[in-house]
Amino acid sequence: MHGLNRRTFLKIAGFGGVVFASGLARGAGGYAAAADEFFFVQLSDTHWGFQGAPNPEATKTLPMAVAAVNALDPQPDFIVFTGDLTHTTDDPAERRKRLGEFKSIVSKLNVKTVRFMPGEHDASLDRGEAYREFFGPTHYTFDHKGVHFIALDNVSDPAAKIGDEQLAWLEADLKKQPAEARIVVLTHRPLFPLYPQWDWATRDGERAIELLMPHRNVTVFYGHIHQENHFKTGHIEHHSAKSLIFPLPAAGSVPKRAPIAWDPAQPYRGLGFRQVEAETQPVEYKLTEFPVVKA
Amino acid sequence: MRRRTALGLLASGLFLDALAQAPAPRIVAISARKFEFTPAEVTLKAGEPVVLVLTAEDVEMGFSLPELKLQADIPPGKPARLAFTPQRPGQYEYHCDVFCGEGHEDMTGVIKVIA
Repeated sequence: MHGLNRRTFLKIAGFGGVVFASGLARGAGGYAAAADEFFFVQLSDTHWGFQGAPNPEATKTLPMAVAAVNALDPQPDFIVFTGDLTHTTDDPAERRKRLGEFKSIVSKLNVKTVRFMPGEHDASLDRGEAYREFFGPTHYTFDHKGVHFIALDNVSDPAAKIGDEQLAWLEADLKKQPAEARIVVLTHRPLFPLYPQWDWATRDGERAIELLMPHRNVTVFYGHIHQENHFKTGHIEHHSAKSLIFPLPAAGSVPKRAPIAWDPAQPYRGLGFRQVEAETQPVEYKLTEFPVVKA
Repeated sequence: MRRRTALGLLASGLFLDALAQAPAPRIVAISARKFEFTPAEVTLKAGEPVVLVLTAEDVEMGFSLPELKLQADIPPGKPARLAFTPQRPGQYEYHCDVFCGEGHEDMTGVIKVIA
């Protein structure tokens, strides 16, 4: 129902992007049949507080994204922000100011169930202290319509580690899930070593992947790299999201990791958010990419 | 028994001899502070053993050069040492992989390995 309504809307508005079907169906039909279909929206890397040539409209981009999400019809069940809510600052007072401003702007989202997680820009300089004051725990779980969501923190440690304690927590949580459970992991950095030369990795991410591997239906959504990337480690799919501040080049495509220049002829190019449609027959996630502004 | 002892002495003698002849590794000091490495460019010879001595001057830093499988965390006041022998000539970029502040993402350096 949701899918049909939304696709009709997309066709009318000319607003949608590429649809990416992420298939998981591996004998999970019985389990999936008990679940409902739904969709959520992923936003990432908003970097509130950033100033610079790569986005001269930085103060407008996040409010525009909020308006674009509010224009979705029907509305998602919930919204997730996968980190780097704010741009880093060495000044703790300024960090809190940015976190507060970000929170105020996203409070204008019509959907009130919003899940946050930090990026290294939010949390690495104070091990998540300011972030927690505004948004609570940096790792947690929740369940929604038959899907078990796990938010993993791989940024509060400035060395990009999940850490032994959180990995033990993850292991204990996964032990409670049957092998066929539908599991979605939300995190900031890639759990696999996508491109360590540009710091696109989690030092102990492979330990998390090992823990997830016995579960047949696992999908990871993350941010950090400011572009879409779709990758599989075994049967586990990893999907990164676009940013809402500036795009970055593909891994290793240029000598330096530097933002792609703002194009006045095509403002907001390369920025966007996605909706994730969790389907049950077959078990899959349909990803639809949206730009910040209508084409 | 006696033969093994003799062989052992001979072998250890050869080992010590080889040690005496092995060139001492070249020591290269690199210091890290917000948000730069000094020196930011180091030239090494292929086949020449080297020890990087890494120090952090202000906050905890990281040194990461994935292509050569080199990584060390560098707490202030506690130098880290990385011993290796570069084999292939080329340019290898290293970066700080412990998030250290506003300029962290530009904190890089280059090791040039020449033939």
